This record gives sequence, structure tokens and C-alpha cells, in this order.
Amino acid sequence: MIQLKVNGLEQSFDGDPEMPLLWYLRDVAGLTGSKFGCGVGLCGACTVHVNGQATRSCVAAMRDIASKEVTTIEGLEKNGLHPVQKAWMQINVPQCGYCQVGQIMQAAALLNSKKKPTDHEIDEAMAGNICRCGTYQRIREAIKAAAGETA
Amino acid sequence: MSTVENVSRRRFLTGGIIAAGALVLGVRYYSKLSSGDKLPHDTNADHATLHPSVYLGIDPDGTVWIVASRSEMGTTSRTTLPLIVADELDADWQRVKIEQAIGDSRYGDQNTDGSHSIRSFYDTMRQAGATARFMLIQAAAKQWGVPASECETDLHVVVHRSTNRRAGYGELASAAAKFPVPNREELKLKPKTAWRYIGKGEVSYDLEALVTGEAVYGMDARVDGMVYASVEHPPVLGGKVKSYDDKEALKVAGVHQTVAIDPFKPPPAFQPLGGIAVIADNTWAAFQGRKKLNISWDNGPNENYNSADYKNELRDTTHKPCQVVRNVGDANAVFAKGGKVFEADYYVPLLAHAPMEPMVALAEFKGGKVTAWAPTQNPQGAQDAIAKELGIAKEDVICHVTLLGGGFGRKSKPDYVVEAAVLSKKVGRPVKVVWTREDDIKFDYYNAVAAMYFKAAVDEKGKPTAWLQRSVFPPITSTFDVNAVYGDPPHLAQGWTDMPYDLPNISIENGPAKAHVRIGWLRSVANIYHGFGIQCFTDELANRAHRDPLDYLLDLIGKPRTIDFNGVNYPNYGASLETYPWETGRLRRVTEMVAEKSGWGKRKHSKSTGVGIAAHRSFLTYVATVVEVEVNDKGEVRIPRVDTVLDAGLVVNPEATRAQFQGAAVFGTSVARSGQITATKGAIDQSNFQDYTVARINEVPSQTNVYIVDSDAPPAGVGEPGVPPFVAAFCNAIYAATGKRVRDLPITNYGLS
Repeated sequence: MIQLKVNGLEQSFDGDPEMPLLWYLRDVAGLTGSKFGCGVGLCGACTVHVNGQATRSCVAAMRDIASKEVTTIEGLEKNGLHPVQKAWMQINVPQCGYCQVGQIMQAAALLNSKKKPTDHEIDEAMAGNICRCGTYQRIREAIKAAAGETA
Repeated sequence: MSTVENVSRRRFLTGGIIAAGALVLGVRYYSKLSSGDKLPHDTNADHATLHPSVYLGIDPDGTVWIVASRSEMGTTSRTTLPLIVADELDADWQRVKIEQAIGDSRYGDQNTDGSHSIRSFYDTMRQAGATARFMLIQAAAKQWGVPASECETDLHVVVHRSTNRRAGYGELASAAAKFPVPNREELKLKPKTAWRYIGKGEVSYDLEALVTGEAVYGMDARVDGMVYASVEHPPVLGGKVKSYDDKEALKVAGVHQTVAIDPFKPPPAFQPLGGIAVIADNTWAAFQGRKKLNISWDNGPNENYNSADYKNELRDTTHKPCQVVRNVGDANAVFAKGGKVFEADYYVPLLAHAPMEPMVALAEFKGGKVTAWAPTQNPQGAQDAIAKELGIAKEDVICHVTLLGGGFGRKSKPDYVVEAAVLSKKVGRPVKVVWTREDDIKFDYYNAVAAMYFKAAVDEKGKPTAWLQRSVFPPITSTFDVNAVYGDPPHLAQGWTDMPYDLPNISIENGPAKAHVRIGWLRSVANIYHGFGIQCFTDELANRAHRDPLDYLLDLIGKPRTIDFNGVNYPNYGASLETYPWETGRLRRVTEMVAEKSGWGKRKHSKSTGVGIAAHRSFLTYVATVVEVEVNDKGEVRIPRVDTVLDAGLVVNPEATRAQFQGAAVFGTSVARSGQITATKGAIDQSNFQDYTVARINEVPSQTNVYIVDSDAPPAGVGEPGVPPFVAAFCNAIYAATGKRVRDLPITNYGLS
């Protein structure tokens, strides 16, 4: 039995300990905000926070999540919208939107560690998150807006 | 989708209920399916008090229901089309609720491809709005005992100014419904000066749902009792299962059974590819079970297909005379005279779509009928294909459309939806089939590989006196007709037969190529290779003549004129040449504008920097793009700036349009930097984002400036036209920076990255 916290709530899981966190969240817990894009940690659509760190949930086995705290997009902000989500709306970032939850989780983790990231730091932190629609220019702007800069 | 059934996953979570197989989302989201007297295809608009059009309904509380009949894959069409209705209705956008249509012929064409949602439905949407407004005015006039001609509308109200009376749309809905629906001739559309939303635009109706994770994509669809499936397809197109052993697969926890899917009967069309499906409790178990299958394949005739050899075959074909698809003057007579002649071979490999959401569909076969939920661009196509495959009537197939996690044309082909329906019939439960990224890359309907040959005889100023262009590519029609080998007129019309230069002698040709993979539409389609070849060869000739590429391009485009397609089979994207003539003056104008906006010839560039230009019309939209690149001594290419100018006629949603062109520059970056699908012994070599790489944030243009020409011409496409000129301008910029002429995409073939 694996114990973990998801968005602040205690959970237990008695399935295959090799199951990636992503499929636990989506198929077992019913939290479908985190997306399946590649299954091998190359696209970032499945990004969640594990103990505050941006993590590719598609390659994080449940056995390694035992006793850890997981935050998904559904729990990113308890009341209303997180500043990163607000910035995403203000800059009108999404097109199809499928990758954006992962982008937002990645950006939120970046801003937790760096209050005012430079362009280079943004590129480095976000390079693991693919957006096939090509919203990157706006992602950069939105991160700066969320960081309190003039976008 | 969020407002149709805005199930709060927050509530779900904060309640602390995280149960295995939790179905809250699915049941709530699709609760309309089983609720009471409504037919499955009914919309809230259908049941509204005032319902003058299939697209529109008004309730007594003033809620305006607008049906989005076309699919949302990121182009904002689900917002922009209803916005046109709302404008003509004078409706308050805040009181509009959008609902997504199922596949249903009463909405007309729903295949959301070809960049024509606005173009094809602009008038229809305006008429829908105007119809309701007309009836609301009639109702108010009768109520007030005044002539309807004295009444007008303001935001969500009918007004009689002289007596200062006002009535809200909600309170008038019931009375308005008693009036007959007016004829089109009776409608008076609003003048441009009174437009509220058209030309100003609006953000996506789903914006908040998209950033909170509440948006429902095909990947998120669920219904009670469903199982998950993952399918091992034949590695070579047309292959068959010889034998298989599923003993180990069935031992995987959560795996229920395996199911064989029959191979398709050629041509592939939208049939499932066949193979062995693993059915399980969850997606992960299905994936794991599939890895344990032991299958022996009969690969069939495509086993001999190697893309490297195939490339040579295509090239050889381009070096011999081919079928002439458009001719001006006598180019060969000029070539026969000798003189200065330049030739070049161009090549673009197969390309995969790779939308972020892999193929996925949920279907339930019950009582001889199918209900499907899918991220599809083409719900009517899914209905047709499922009906055909299962031998049932089209009317017995309901196809719900979820949001799409990208489409780019891949999701116009509903093979994966049919696969889910076939599996549900075999399993006797709702089945959600989930493709892996590897499945997506290996079993795509690829954008055709194309070889092109160009030849030009030039005068003393380097201007062509004769121009020959020959292309060879396996046509999309091969997916539907096993004998098809020549380019069909609609795809030859994509930047090939409409080569726009004003030259005295032109020969445009096309040769045969047999397909060994499924060929399909990808964003911009044949314009990708045609635009690349023509615009880069033009740049070559400019440089050979030591002329400025901009001046040279304008010289070749010539004076403003309408291209004469007399004697040419030129379908013009399905639009009439009367309404949408091919006007070279508009191509000139965007070219001149982009030169000005980008500071062409005025800005100083360092030695490692180069700028390139290209202009191309596609999907009835004229686009010119200038790309600036910086290439270091390791061959690493940066893209500091892109400027692009578009003339798409009337633009309803400028903000969404800018986003499409920014996205097109990124899509084009992927094509040019690394886009390449290859095959060995019939099987695709690439599998995931490590070997089919797409552009990441650190590889894309730092800044893409998009300028929209103010125009009252009829609306044209915006989703696709940005890609072709970007690719060509990017490669022309690389030449300017390095002297390397990219003729074979991607640029990795030249030691560049």
C-alpha cells in the first residue's frame, strides 16, 4: 500500500507500484488535468509538482512517490487562480491548450525558485515542455507578467 | 466545453473523494445523453424558446445558446464563429453560451480543415444572428404598437427611441417565437460601422478552462463501465497478423483480454489498421500488456519500401518530362536555344503531425448503434466510416466532439474513432482506445514527401525568360484510391499550378509516385513543399544575378494583375475565382509591407546574421515573411526575429489570427529544423520526440511580429497560410548568413542545427 498526498489530501494506492503517477492521477484518481503527451518524459504535458519540484508524472513510478506530496493543476491554487494562470489568461497564451497545464506547472515551479527569471533562464526551465501550436512567445511573456514585470 | 457541463474537479477534489474508476466527470459531462425526452442530437438551442436557426436559441432569461458546429483545435473557431452570430444579433457576449455540436449533416460541412471555417460560414452565422434579431424586433414592435421600422437593437435589447421603450431579448423570446422565420431577402445585415465584435475579436470562450485543466479533451472523456485499449498495429502498412501469443500479456494485472482487429481492405481510407488490441482496467495496464504480446507479422508488399531509395526514384522522375498541368508560352523552345540556364533539385521528406494529444477515442456499441466521443476534426467523417465498417446506418452513429489537443489535419482522419467502435462491438463494453506517441508517429497519414526540379533560362538582368518546375509526390488521393499516383488538381493548386510570376514562358509539370504509407493533409499541405521550392529557387536566381532578393521577387511577381487560369484545372481551395480571384497586387502589397516593417535593407546585420524573404498565397490568403537568422561557427541557428504580413480579407478575430501566424512560424521552424520521417523495409524509423523532434522554446523565433492588412475583401484562411513562406524565408536567411543553399529539408542535412 502506497501512501501519498494529492493536493493536500491523504491518499492510498494498492495497485501496480510501477504504474506512473500520471496514470494513477488520470485513470484512478480521476484528475485529468495532467496530460499524456509522450509517455517518456520528453514533452512535459504531464508536469506536476512532487514535493514542490516540477516532475514528469508519466515517468515517475508510484513506488517512488510513496509518502510524497503531489500537487496537480487542480490543486495549484486553493482559491481562485494562481498568478501564473492569471498571467496565462491575460496574455492569452493557449491555443489548443493541451500542453498548457504542464507549461503552467513548470512555470509555477520556476517562479518558486526564481522570482525574476531572465529570458535565458525561462528558455532553460521551459525547454522540456513542448507546445506544438507554437505559443512559446506568449509563454515567455506570461512568465514575465506573472513575475511582476511589464509584459 | 466548460459551460456545457462545467463539472468542478475542484469540488471533486476538495470533497476528498478520489475513488478508483471515479466517473463523476464523464457522467456529468455527458449527462444529456440519457436525460429524459431529449434526443441525443438535441442542443439547448433546439429547446430554447426562440429557435430560428439550428445554430441559435434564446431562453426567456436572456441566455443566448450558440452552437459551435466546427471543431476546436486551437484556432479559436469555436469562439470566432459564434462571435459573428452574436454581433449580428447585437447580443451581449457575456450572456452567450456555446455548445458543441455532434456530427450532424444539418449543420452543413463540419470537417474542420482547409482553413475555411470563417470563409464558409461567415454569411451563415450572420444570417442566423440577423434572423433572430429580426424576429425580436417584430415582437417588440407588435407589443408597443409601433412600426418595426422604428425599432432598433442595442446590446441585448430592442429599443424604440422616440418613446424611450426598451425590452430585453429574454422577455421578447416567447413573443418573437410566434413570428414566422424571415426569408434571407427580408434580413438587413448590420453595417460595418455597427459591428461590435467582428474585426475586434474575443479571447477563447474556453480560456479559463484551458488554464485550470477543466477543459475536456478526447483524452479526458469517460463513461460508466468503460475499459481501456491499446493496439499493436502492423509495423508496415497493409501488414497482417500471421499468429500471436497473448499468454504473457494476459498475466499483466488489470488486463482483461486481447482482441484481434482485421486488417483493412485497400485502400486504407479511414479504416483501422488492424492488429491486436489489449483491453484493460486502465491505460497503463493496457500499455504494459501490449508490450508482452508476441506477434508474428506478414508485412505485405510495402516491406520493400525504403525511403532513401524512394527519394532517388522521385528525383529520377523529376528529371524526365512529366504531365504538364499549366503552360504559358513555350519554355522548352527557349531552353533549346541555349544561353544562361540554372537548374536545382529540391526535396521535402515525409512529415508527421504530432499533435500534443495523441489519437484517442471512446466508443460504445449498444443495440446496433454507436455513440462515440472523440477529439475529431471530422465528426461526420467518423459517422460515415464507423457506419461503413460496422454495416450500420450513419444515423445510428452519434459522434460527440470534445476539445482537440491539436489537430493539424491528423484528426480529420477518423481511423482511431472507428477503431474504438470496432473494439466496443467486440468487447461488449464502452472502449477508450489510447494511442501512444509511438503509435502516433509510426501510424500517421503523413504529409507527402516531394521532389521538385526547377530550371530557368535568364536574360542579362537575371530575369527568367523561361521557367520550368516539375514536382513528384505520392498524392493524398492514394489513401482513397489504390491506383492514384498523380497529384490531383486541388493539391496541385496549392502553390504549384498558381505559381504567380509574370513570365512569358512557363511549364508546370507533375509526375507519378506510388504511395507506401498513408498520405494525408497536414497544416498547409502541399503548400509546404511547393512554397519552399519556388520561393527558395527564386532566391537562388536573385543571388546568381547579384540582385536584391526583395526587388527580384517583386520583379517576378510583376504588375498587379489577376492570374488567368483559362485552360488550367485550378480549384482555388473550393472557392469561386470571381469572389476570390488570384490577385498578384495583393501578393505585391504584403511583400512590400513586410519589407518596410522588417526594415529590409535598412538594418545593419553582423556577418553571422542573414535575412530572407518569401511570399506565398495559400487558402486564399496572401502572406509575405521576412526571417532573420544568426548562425554561429558550430552551425547552430538562432532566429532573433520574424516579420510577417498577411492579407486574409476581412479578419473577424485579429488576436486569434496573430496567434495563428506566431504559431505558424513555430510550426515552420519544426519543419525546417528537423521535420523528417523515414522508413526502412516499410516500417517508420522514428518513434517519439527524441527522433521526431519538434521545436522547443529555445529554438523558435524570439519575436514574431504579425501585421494584418486592413481589408474588406471576403474572409480567407488564417490557420495554415503562415507556414509556407516562413519555411522558405528561413532557408533564404540561412543562405544569406552562411552561403549554404538548403535544397533538401531539414537543415540538419547541411551540418546546421
